[in-house]
Amino acid sequence: MMNQIPISWFLTLSAVLFALGVAGFLFRRNIITVFMSIELMLNAVNLSFVTFSYQNKSIHGHLFAFFVMVVAAAEAAVGLAIILTIFKNRQTLTIDEIDSMKN
Amino acid sequence: MDVILFLVFALIAVVCAINVVVQTHPISSAISLVGVMGSLAVLYLLLGAEFLAAAQVIVYAGAIMVLFVFTIMLLNAGAESKKGKSLMVQLLGVPLLVAFLALMAFYVEHLFPSNTMVHFGGFTGGGVKEIGRALFTTYLLPFEATSILILIAILGAIVLARKEMD
Repeated sequence: MMNQIPISWFLTLSAVLFALGVAGFLFRRNIITVFMSIELMLNAVNLSFVTFSYQNKSIHGHLFAFFVMVVAAAEAAVGLAIILTIFKNRQTLTIDEIDSMKN
Repeated sequence: MDVILFLVFALIAVVCAINVVVQTHPISSAISLVGVMGSLAVLYLLLGAEFLAAAQVIVYAGAIMVLFVFTIMLLNAGAESKKGKSLMVQLLGVPLLVAFLALMAFYVEHLFPSNTMVHFGGFTGGGVKEIGRALFTTYLLPFEATSILILIAILGAIVLARKEMD
């Protein structure tokens, strides 16, 4: 009995991490921390994929998680380059001050 | 043994994730995020995803987080200011988050009753051999597409970072 973990525990952990990622995305003001919260959400979803893969005893969930990782790497490269450009233009990282589309 | 392993690393992951959200300095958040990714790699091993556990450590905790820390250093990002939180965020933020979490946990428990149990070694198909075979047969087209995607991302990052501003 001590050797068995219910599969719902993994999914609940994934849900907790996803909710924390959402919270960080909504509450934080620093654009880099907001970006890190997105990575946290992607990680939570990856855990779900791997868990379902275990449940179905198939490899396909692993491949999905692998592609998510690849896309996350590409996204991080482009996103951080965009953050660099924003900082070069505006000398700020606070998302409240980057509001020129509002006016 | 497996339960203890799961609980320890799940606890580390959750504590580090909370730390990512509550820390004001971005470098503290980044280091906490490395903790989340490292403990998730252990959980992947528990689920039999050997290749993904290695890739998680190398790609996420290694490459992506180095990119983040590098950007934080380059921009000399300081702690974010506390002021100007709206009243609605102060009053409703945490309760709404807890409600969202409770809803998700309820549906997970409801939709997935604990008939499937996880134990170490219960699924051994996540090695490099199986992943590689699936990647170069069934998933060949997406694999080639991601190679082009990464090429575009590299070019885009270079163009964006080198752009002369007027």
